[in-house]
Amino acid sequence: MANGSAKHIITLIKKDLLLEIRQQYTFYGVLLYVASTIFVVYLSMGQPEEDVWNALFWVIQLFVCVNAVAKSFLQDSKGRMLYYYSVAGARDFILSKLAFNAMLMMLMSLLSLFVFTVLLGNPLIHVLDFIGISFLGGIGLSLIFTFLAAIAAKAQQQAALMAIMGFPIIIPQLLLLGRIAKASFSPVLQAGLWQMVLLLVGLDLLIILLAVILFPFLWKD
Amino acid sequence: MIREYWWKILCFILLMYTCTMGFLVEIPSLDGRMQQTVRNLFFHVPMWFCMQTLFIVSVIYAIRYLRNPNPRYDYYSLEFARTGVVFGLLGLVTGAIWANYQWGAPWSGDPKQNGAAIAILIYLAYFVLRGSLTDIDKRSRIGAVYNIFAFAMLFPTIWILPRLTESLHPGGQGSEGNPGLNPNDTTAAMEMVFLPAIIGWILLGVWIASLRTRLRIITEKKLAHE
Repeated sequence: MANGSAKHIITLIKKDLLLEIRQQYTFYGVLLYVASTIFVVYLSMGQPEEDVWNALFWVIQLFVCVNAVAKSFLQDSKGRMLYYYSVAGARDFILSKLAFNAMLMMLMSLLSLFVFTVLLGNPLIHVLDFIGISFLGGIGLSLIFTFLAAIAAKAQQQAALMAIMGFPIIIPQLLLLGRIAKASFSPVLQAGLWQMVLLLVGLDLLIILLAVILFPFLWKD
Repeated sequence: MIREYWWKILCFILLMYTCTMGFLVEIPSLDGRMQQTVRNLFFHVPMWFCMQTLFIVSVIYAIRYLRNPNPRYDYYSLEFARTGVVFGLLGLVTGAIWANYQWGAPWSGDPKQNGAAIAILIYLAYFVLRGSLTDIDKRSRIGAVYNIFAFAMLFPTIWILPRLTESLHPGGQGSEGNPGLNPNDTTAAMEMVFLPAIIGWILLGVWIASLRTRLRIITEKKLAHE
C-alpha cells in the first residue's frame, strides 16, 4: 500500500513536471514576473541596506509564490480531476502537488536570490546559510499556498481570495523567516536561532498533516 | 445544557460583580506607573479569553461538521466565529483606548497587537470565503476546512511568536508572566475580580453566539417551509 502510493505520488509529480515542460509559457511567465518585480524594485530603490534587502526579498518571495502556486489546481479540467481521484486518491494527489510546488518554489527562490544579488547588491555574509533559509522559506510558503489554492479553486474570484486568505496566515511565518534570515547578515550567531528554525519546520509538518487530513473533504463533489 | 437558564443568571451576576467591583476594588499603587488604568485588566484581558474560547468552539463544530455534515453544526461554527471576531475587535478597542494613555499611542505595533489584528483578518477572510461560494453544501464544507486550517495556523503563532520577541505586554521576551497576567502587578484582591470577570465575559460570549445560532436555525427552518 505504502509502496503503491509512493509510486502514485511520483507518477503525479512526473505528470506535473511534464505539463510544466510542455506548457513552458507558465514557467517563463513566473520567471519574467520575478525578474521584472525585482527590476522595478531596483529602479525605485537602487541598492538598499541589508534590513530593507531582507524584507524586500521575503515580500517578493511571497508574491512569486502566490503567482507560481495559484495555478496548480486550475490547469486540470474537472473530468481529469475525477480521473486522478479514481486512479490515485485524494491523499496521493495533494502530496504530489505539495511536493511539486515545494520544488518549484525552491527553484524560484534560488533564481530570485540570483537576480537579487545581481541587481540589488549582495549584503550577505553567509551566502550558503541564506540559500538554505530561502529553501526553507520557499517550502513553507509553497505548502501554505498550495493548500489555499486548493480551497480557492472551489470558489469564484480565485486570485483575490488567495490574497485575502493567504496574506494574514502567512504574516507570522514571514516574520519568523525575516528574523532567521538576519543571521546570515551578521558575523555573530543570534541566540534562539535553532529554536525558530525548529518552529518553522514544525509548522511545515503541521501544514502537510492538515493538508493530508483535510484535502479529501475538499474533493467530495 | 445550553437551553438551561442557570448559567445565564450566573453570567449576569458575574458581570454585575465585575462592573461594580472592577471599579471599587483596592489596587496596588505600582510606583505610580499604571494608576487606576490597571482596572482595564477586568475588561480588556477577558475579551481575549472570550475570543479564544469562541474560536475553539467554532473549530470544534467545524470538525464535527466534517465528520457528520449536519447544517446545524455549520451554523454553530459560523456564529461562534462571528461573535469571536466581535470580542476580538472589542479587545483591540479596549486595549487601544488604554494604550493611548499608557503607551502614548493607540497603536504602537506591539507584537501582540499585531497578532490580534492578524487573528481578526484571518477570520474575516473566513466570512469572505463563505460569501464567495454560492452552493450551500459546498460553502459549509469548504468553510469548515478553512476554519480548521486557519485555526491551526493562527493559534500556535499567537501563542508562541509573541513570547519570542520583546513586547510591551507582559509575557514577552525578558518579562515575567504569560500574555494574560503579570504576576508582579496583581494582588489577590484583583484576582478575585479578574477570575469572575473572565468567566462572566466568556459566558456572555457563548450566550450571544448561541442566541444567534438559534435565531439562524429558526430562520432557515422557516425558509425551508415556505
